[in-house]
Amino acid sequence: MSILADKSTRVVVQGITGKEGAFHAARCKEYGTQVVGGVTPGKGGTTHEGFAVWNTVEEAVKKEGANCALIFVPPPAAADAIMEAAAAGVPLVICITEGIPVADMVRAKHFVLGTGSRLIGPNCPGVITPGQAKIGIMPGHIHKAGDVGVVSRSGTLTYEVVGQLSARNIGQSTCVGIGGDPVNGSSFVDVLRLFNEDAGTRAIMMIGEIGGTAEEEAAAFIKANVKKPVVAFICGQTAPPGRRMGHAGAIIAGGKGTAAEKMKALEAAGATLVKSPADMGATVAKVTGK
Amino acid sequence: MNVHEYQAKGLLREYGIEVPPGRFVTTPAEAEQAARDIGRTGVVKAQVHAGGRGKAGGIKVADDPAAAEAAAKAILGMHLKTPQTPPEGILVRNVWVEEASAIDRELYLSMTLDRARATHVVMASEAGGMEIEEVAARTPEKIIREWTHPALGLADFQARRLAFGLGLSGEPFKQGAGLIRNLFRLYLAKDCSLVEVNPLVVTKDGRVLALDAKLNFDDNALYRHKELADLRDIHEEDPLDVEASKYNLNYIKLEGSVACMVNGAGLAMATMDIVKLAGGEPANFLDVGGSASPEQIENAFRILSSDPSVKAIFINVFGGILRVDRLAEGVIAAVRKLGLKLPVVLRAEGTNVEQGKKMLADSGLPLIMAADMADGAKKAVELAGKSR
Repeated sequence: MSILADKSTRVVVQGITGKEGAFHAARCKEYGTQVVGGVTPGKGGTTHEGFAVWNTVEEAVKKEGANCALIFVPPPAAADAIMEAAAAGVPLVICITEGIPVADMVRAKHFVLGTGSRLIGPNCPGVITPGQAKIGIMPGHIHKAGDVGVVSRSGTLTYEVVGQLSARNIGQSTCVGIGGDPVNGSSFVDVLRLFNEDAGTRAIMMIGEIGGTAEEEAAAFIKANVKKPVVAFICGQTAPPGRRMGHAGAIIAGGKGTAAEKMKALEAAGATLVKSPADMGATVAKVTGK
Repeated sequence: MNVHEYQAKGLLREYGIEVPPGRFVTTPAEAEQAARDIGRTGVVKAQVHAGGRGKAGGIKVADDPAAAEAAAKAILGMHLKTPQTPPEGILVRNVWVEEASAIDRELYLSMTLDRARATHVVMASEAGGMEIEEVAARTPEKIIREWTHPALGLADFQARRLAFGLGLSGEPFKQGAGLIRNLFRLYLAKDCSLVEVNPLVVTKDGRVLALDAKLNFDDNALYRHKELADLRDIHEEDPLDVEASKYNLNYIKLEGSVACMVNGAGLAMATMDIVKLAGGEPANFLDVGGSASPEQIENAFRILSSDPSVKAIFINVFGGILRVDRLAEGVIAAVRKLGLKLPVVLRAEGTNVEQGKKMLADSGLPLIMAADMADGAKKAVELAGKSR
């Protein structure tokens, strides 16, 4: 079992004729994901590196039954691409694009909320259900099928924890990168809810970072609802206030959003906190008795 | 991106918001002339990207042109130290001379993103002139908020509610509501991440004007605001930060001695954390990005090596899109060109790791290999301690 993505997921790649889009569409397909083609407005009817190209997401939905959109569209047009996918009725929209203006995301997020679609990202590595579907830019080979759900605001730090888990022979049900932007689609709470309800997920590894209050909201949700063990790590414990740490969302502003506050909230909610990023895998092993 | 007060006030004026008349000057003689032209009591204000200027001696009232000249003389060339500046302060290169206002009331007004609600929020308070964090902590009921519609923006009734909430009535009420609407127009049109007017004042003769203004812009939206690019003042940024931005490197200089080179923001923060846990202090935050080229790696390496406080370099890479063989290529090229003056600890994992490690081994460079993050941090901290 898994959440969000499995063998039946049919992916359309928006921005497939771009360098990143074409490269990663091919990597996803190699992994076994059903990539049904791509969308680049104006290039409909052509093929690009073996993939069918349409003008609109709607065509991909009608002709190929696409039920997931993976977005590599450059920042100026990415928010529009998100809205197009949601308007076409695609249930799962995953946006990899980094650097979308905040004001664009404010509009796109609320647009998506008015449809039945679920948005993951932007500025995220995507979603992978090991052995079934890789919909994103993560290196597939480090993953292993299993029953630990992983949710994270960071990309490479997710690879780090997956590497630590797989090295201990602890597999993952699904790994979800929710992205490092101040306005994103799905939150920790949204993904925790899915993992909590998923019979194939036995424990949850959550990786947060400084900035915002998403981790505090996750803590409240965990306390009230989650019965499965949760292991959490918050990066940015040494970050100075007022400086943006790479991710647009990773900033301690007005004394709020520190790692210490987030760790305290999660600990009080019953999560097992990991202090050192080197101990994430070992802590999951301890908590799950593996 | 940040801009100076005088630049912010220029933008406010473009959007129909009243600010005191003033002039941007760079010498005491110009300040004297500016005060003479203003013809009444003036205020001389240091132009640096930091708040808290008044308490630090960066803002002085001048009753006549001679006093304005003296004030400018004192302020220009000083290293202004406020809680928002680096410990050594910021060199003041320019001042803004403006007409002093006869203040009746000091108010607060700001606009920013509310992340939890994923929309913009306008905040106002009758407790102007103070740090808003302090007001929020002590008397949260004194801050009123209006969340704007994500697509429709700020409605007129919301602007009125804010103006009434500020205790305005009569002519100042009309001016205040109009000012709030105009300021929100500016906030959206220029993709601001923060607009703060503190204080917003009501003068004794009943005018509402912005006595100070702070604007921050969303870096991700600068591509559609070429007009803002000219407002950047690189003197206000750390030279190494400026150098890094030329190569699209996410770099922030910090105070420690262990330099970190990492791919991905989260892993970069985690690497800083583990250096600290190993007893060291990180010298920087550096995210070379997901798809760094060998040239970017080379420049990153050069920038890290040029920081005199760095005693060891810790490279921690988990290859995804960034392949370890490409990283190796960049590191080898950088070391060949620049020499290896500092110990370098390398931990690499992920895509093409075997190939990358082989390239590094074959290069014969004396890099110190680490088995994992913890091992790498431990080794880097030890080496930084030794070479001190």
